[in-house]
Amino acid sequence: MPPRAVRIGVVLVALAVALALPLTLSNFRLFQFTQVFIYAIALLGLNILTGYNGQISLGHGAFYAIGAYTTAIMIDQWNVSYGWTILVAGVLCLVVGFLFGIPALRLEGLYLALATFALALAVPQILKYFEHWTGGSQGIVLSKPSAPWGLKLNPDQWLYLMTLGVLVLLFVLAANLLRGRTGRAIVAIRDNPIAAEAMGVNTALYKSLAFGVSAAYTGIAGALSALVIAFVAPDAFNVFLSITFLTGIVIGGLASISGAIFGALFIQFIPNWAQDISKAAPWAIYGVFLIGFMYVMPRGIAGALRLAAAGWWRRRPEPPAAAARSRR
Amino acid sequence: MDILIQQVVSGLATGGIYGSVALALVMIYQATDVVNYAQGEMAMFSTYLAWTMLNAGVPYWLAFAATLVVSFVLGVAIERIVIRPVEGAPVLTIVIVCIGLLVILNSVAGWIYSYIQKPFPSPFPPKPIRVGNIYFGAHDIGALAVTLLVLAGLYVFFRFTTLGLAMRAAAQNPVSSRLCGIRVGWMLAIGWGLAALVGAVAGMMVAPIVFLDPNMMAGILIYAFASATLGGFTSPGGAVLGGLIVGVIENLAGTYVHFIGTELKLTVALALILIVLLVRPSGLFGRAAIHRV
Repeated sequence: MPPRAVRIGVVLVALAVALALPLTLSNFRLFQFTQVFIYAIALLGLNILTGYNGQISLGHGAFYAIGAYTTAIMIDQWNVSYGWTILVAGVLCLVVGFLFGIPALRLEGLYLALATFALALAVPQILKYFEHWTGGSQGIVLSKPSAPWGLKLNPDQWLYLMTLGVLVLLFVLAANLLRGRTGRAIVAIRDNPIAAEAMGVNTALYKSLAFGVSAAYTGIAGALSALVIAFVAPDAFNVFLSITFLTGIVIGGLASISGAIFGALFIQFIPNWAQDISKAAPWAIYGVFLIGFMYVMPRGIAGALRLAAAGWWRRRPEPPAAAARSRR
Repeated sequence: MDILIQQVVSGLATGGIYGSVALALVMIYQATDVVNYAQGEMAMFSTYLAWTMLNAGVPYWLAFAATLVVSFVLGVAIERIVIRPVEGAPVLTIVIVCIGLLVILNSVAGWIYSYIQKPFPSPFPPKPIRVGNIYFGAHDIGALAVTLLVLAGLYVFFRFTTLGLAMRAAAQNPVSSRLCGIRVGWMLAIGWGLAALVGAVAGMMVAPIVFLDPNMMAGILIYAFASATLGGFTSPGGAVLGGLIVGVIENLAGTYVHFIGTELKLTVALALILIVLLVRPSGLFGRAAIHRV
């Protein structure tokens, strides 16, 4: 494993590149990268639940929808400023997720997957039903926010930078959460729930907490997507959205923070490229990758990169000083 | 009263279809501990195969039989090629592979046949059957009869044939069965084949009602999940009965409870699944799962 300094260096270089992008890319490309960041936040959320805690959710599109509609309805009906709506979306999803996590405590593995799958299938119908709030199948049209404080940025550039800021904040928070005591408890529950409980981990609390945090991340991502696309409609939140998220974490890497970025890049760009072959092709590719990754690369891109980096670091030529030391 | 009876009968007809998909789910679950998320898409794909044959001018019942054979072979092939490598893997892996299969079947069907809805013929006369003041759709009655026939066939197969006995043994105690000389791997494959066959019947019976398109089974699959959950994932008979109950509840709720109508149908299934899982997770007729710690 490369030392900590090297890994931090890689992250800083990536961040510098991300900050330089608005200077060079067209607005459309920037929009696409904003989408990547949004997906990355949602994928990190799902990964906390499914990758780290081992609770399978096939219905995270539902929390994404709640976040998006919270923002859209607050702006559309009450003229709330958009910054606050993101916060409210996060808190609301935290609460809803925590509450959904309580019945989920009694459901293990397959049954939880089943209940969340049903949730994902039911969401578009529920959204259409409350037409008064959600605008039915027409959805709600918003306008893109412009840059505050007199910054000389166009809306796309501003949204890009804002999303990047939220992404960095949430990733740092998640890294802290998962590295400490809480993270160890969450992983222990996944690996051996009975042993974890015997060690004094409050399984029920941590499982509901993981559900809540996971939903909050996905909800914030949904809220950002409503702002960036400036439009929400029920059929965008169908069961395939949830499957897209699942594909993202499997390909990026289960139980990996950086995996969320790789997964997000995949689900943003591969379908665009595959669309040229056929309307159905992106999904066929998703399916093949889902099964293929499970067979040959179960830890996803992040896992494969980590292996490669570790191997390369071990095999690199020894610096003379260290070599001299080891010879003595 | 007439409306009530009519709704109950048509509820039983759709319930029979839910029941047969639920039965396919339960058969696979019992044999391999896998909940097959791709069950609905497998049925959809079989129905497209039937449609292709019908379009080529093959008579209905011949196409029906041919579809069953092809579906069986495809089901066996899927188990051998896709599922076998992940046998005994963690639940998450298996769920992901099944979802992958779902997505592939769905998109391949869309690729080959397009996403435009197609009408699918019913083998039964369009004229309704009249009993007293009540009219029954001939297709409803026919679909129910076909479903019950398939169930009876399966019952006879599992109860009175050596192969059926071997399959039950392999599902219940794989190690002892292998020691007795049963080829457990192939029994599982045959189980998948039979489930694909039952799904194909359900697909061909439901297609005249919902029309044929790659996403037609999504709603039916969630109802089948609800049925299997209600009846219990460990009880084949319970799954079928659960299907009939769910079908009747769905129809009566749609008719008499006005805020539900047709718009919240899937939400009803979601609520039903959640309630059953919370109140009685093993379902009405299932055995509670016991873990050794």
